[in-house]
Amino acid sequence: MADIVSAAISIAFHGVALAMVLYLISVGLSVTMGLMGFVNLAHGAFAMAGGYAMTSLMNRAGVSFPLALAAAVAVVTLASFLIERLLYRRFYGGAELDQVLLTMGLIFMSVGAATYFWGPVSQPMQPPPALSGQIDLGLRSFPTYRTFLILCGALVVTALWLALERTRFGVRVRAAVDNLAMAQTLGVNTSRLFALAFALGSGLAALGGGLGAELLAIGPAYALDNLVYFLIVVAVGGLGSIRGPFVAALLVGLADTAFKYFAPELGAFFIYALTMAILLWRPRGIFGQA
Amino acid sequence: MPDLKRSVLDAFARRHRFHALEALPWAAAIAAYFIFPDYLALGAQILAIIVFALSLDLVLGYAGIVTLGHAAFFGTGAYTAGILAANGWGEPLTGLLAAAAAAGAVGLLSGAVILRTTGLTLLMQTLVVAAMLYEAANKAGKITGGADGLQGMEVWPILGRFRFDMFGHTAYIYCFIVLAISWFVVRALVHSSFGRSLTGIRENVVRMHAIGSPVFRRKLVVYTFSAALAGLSGALIAQTTQFVGLGVLSLERSGTVLIMLIIGGIGQLYGAFIGVPLYMIAQDRFATIDPVYWYFWIGLFMVLMVVFAPGGVLGVCGRWRSRQDSP
Repeated sequence: MADIVSAAISIAFHGVALAMVLYLISVGLSVTMGLMGFVNLAHGAFAMAGGYAMTSLMNRAGVSFPLALAAAVAVVTLASFLIERLLYRRFYGGAELDQVLLTMGLIFMSVGAATYFWGPVSQPMQPPPALSGQIDLGLRSFPTYRTFLILCGALVVTALWLALERTRFGVRVRAAVDNLAMAQTLGVNTSRLFALAFALGSGLAALGGGLGAELLAIGPAYALDNLVYFLIVVAVGGLGSIRGPFVAALLVGLADTAFKYFAPELGAFFIYALTMAILLWRPRGIFGQA
Repeated sequence: MPDLKRSVLDAFARRHRFHALEALPWAAAIAAYFIFPDYLALGAQILAIIVFALSLDLVLGYAGIVTLGHAAFFGTGAYTAGILAANGWGEPLTGLLAAAAAAGAVGLLSGAVILRTTGLTLLMQTLVVAAMLYEAANKAGKITGGADGLQGMEVWPILGRFRFDMFGHTAYIYCFIVLAISWFVVRALVHSSFGRSLTGIRENVVRMHAIGSPVFRRKLVVYTFSAALAGLSGALIAQTTQFVGLGVLSLERSGTVLIMLIIGGIGQLYGAFIGVPLYMIAQDRFATIDPVYWYFWIGLFMVLMVVFAPGGVLGVCGRWRSRQDSP
């Protein structure tokens, strides 16, 4: 009995940690897909860029962890803003398949570029001394870094929800997701809104990639290997939703951890079966609007 | 009115009739056999993958089913042919048929479940089906060889006479013939009334429901047929390379065939014949020149294609021709 309880606590803890990383990375994808109807398969490349920027600043330049993370997020946010203005913008409202070709091309370029600069092996991620080791939380002790990860994720999620519920920018984003033409008619500068939302989403992905470097290893094929997980979170959560992907990320994080704990032989098989079942039950995702 | 009816019928008849330009890919394929004898192995692969892209064009270009999981059928076919040949039945033609049947069965079963959804949900369902098969093949190591790939395939000579040689002569001609037959069947299919109804479903599904067309059944039939064709392609690759790895079921495989088709142009039957050679030759060249970073160059090639030639090569040709027609 004690074993089962202990296993359940452990699964819940690691599952929530994975969920935070998945949510941080996928929420931007959900917003760009809901807002611009753009299928950005290359979204994971921004998370990867964040991870690489952070680990190289730490491992090669000896920059401290918080500073490296902040710098990585800033660089990726800026770069994604430029890429959106130069490249993505041309394809809004265009043929879906052109978007697929463009973003698959960007994934391949990211694989090649990452191999060129960092080689084929994945980057080691050493948490700073203050965050390594175990921490006693009363019930039992947990890895300190993952506890920090969960806290950080919860903080960012709260900030993000407040920003979308309470600020003018949030109102505009929600209005544009619900009815783009109407939002434009009412004077919302949707082009600028798209660029800001895209940069924000990519910045969050970089944060997720950097914070989660210990969970989802930073290697050249990152964007391709994890694409299915990000897409599952978005599709199960519901397009354009902010809360849906959170619930979906929790579901995926917990289910994945549990399945890998109880049936490591079958690996990710169950998570795919679960996704299929949920999408048959609710084709637009758990929080999707009809 | 009779005049109008006649002219419409004439227009349809013209679409069925063979056009001189349609001989071009075949002439090129035959010429390539004699001009590039050192590259026949690559050539055979290109011909086999054209069958795969053709099967994708049928569901994507004609029926409008956007899929990122077509490798499910390609891989099923490859493993069927491979497992047969590794377990004492290396007869290639029955291997092909078994592969097509197995892939068609997977298409029918998965299609019956997932084709009720549309758009991104459908895309996710196709992706998940392929991912499940990938995991299953990975774990069933005793049968499939798992991550190491399937070892010890022995493919017998075709019709008991034509042995697969190391230069790819037999493989090239074998793939050429299978491609020609597949193309002929697909061409007849898209020009039939069944093919027209598929285009109708793609263009306006509500109206097709309204005129009483059995939309779901039509989609399921074409999906199953396309799956069988993709299985055929997988079996060709398995038999000609005498090896099957997990990659045949991967997302990358599904993605690249989609890319090849988009580069050529979708829904026009010939996109596969342009996109597949273009992509595979470019990939081969990049991988020879720059074996480590070729991913970057093929990615750049794709981005440049979509920026400067949206709609693929056939899309560019179409625009160029309509500009010629209306000066």
